[in-house]
Amino acid sequence: MPGGPEEPDELDWPQGAEEAAGPWRPRAWFRGTRRGGATARFTADEATLVRGLVSQVAELVGDEDSGGQDDLEEMLKLSDSVRPPDDPVLARLLPDAYPDDPAAAGEFRRYTENSLRAGKVAAAQTVLATLPSDGGRVRLSGEDAQAWLRALNDVRLALGVRLEVTEDWEQMVERLRPDDPRAAGLWVYDWLTVLQETLVEALW
Amino acid sequence: MSVAPAEVDLPQSGQDTTPARPWVAIVWNDPVNLMSYVTYVFQQVFGYSRRKAERLMLDVHHKGKAVVAAGAREEMERNVEILHGYGLWATVRQDT
Repeated sequence: MPGGPEEPDELDWPQGAEEAAGPWRPRAWFRGTRRGGATARFTADEATLVRGLVSQVAELVGDEDSGGQDDLEEMLKLSDSVRPPDDPVLARLLPDAYPDDPAAAGEFRRYTENSLRAGKVAAAQTVLATLPSDGGRVRLSGEDAQAWLRALNDVRLALGVRLEVTEDWEQMVERLRPDDPRAAGLWVYDWLTVLQETLVEALW
Repeated sequence: MSVAPAEVDLPQSGQDTTPARPWVAIVWNDPVNLMSYVTYVFQQVFGYSRRKAERLMLDVHHKGKAVVAAGAREEMERNVEILHGYGLWATVRQDT
């Protein structure tokens, strides 16, 4: 488990980050509000980035649903899947509860996977509903902030699997050469880590 | 590697219904979930104090996994389902 950066506004961007991650530096971070929520200011580029990533995860996770979220029957339906997903990202987002017992794992999945997927999609939708695509000041209630925490974490899990992030990823980021094909992705991952870390601190 | 989890409070109920071999919810270390976030989730999900949640988080971090709750099977499955909602890597098994 990474400890996370301590001072978000002292985020150091490696040399060449601008070229690799685009002509802008994502650096939005959260602080707490007196009402138990959190607030942050996003540039349009940062908002576009977060919205895009959150939408992708929601699409991936929500794929099995036919979209009938309001349909009671759909919500109560048992999942058809009894095996872990083949996609390593989905397998990480929807993990096996019984790693040594495929039968019990399958039964658990049948009863829980649909609601787990629906919960992740709902968290993503909260982010999309509270983060304007042109950015600006975002003010989250405590409840919205909880959804943001989970949605940001899902995006980091997905990126972490795709980028093959390891326990010492912070050193990995420091050693990255700008021409490394993973550079842009890892710098985005690094920023999302700051965003999530500051959101946790804001809610504590 | 031996696993010696920090003490876990069994769920409080009017009568002692804890079976001889309770079921446990286990959280595994992973390279993505932040130490602060994992601590926060333990507080939210189990109502643990920050100190206790931090101790469990450090157990996960240093030992690779930790038992975070113990009790009836259905209850542990429910805990694991909630932990999956938060993106933690959690599993269920009967205590040995």
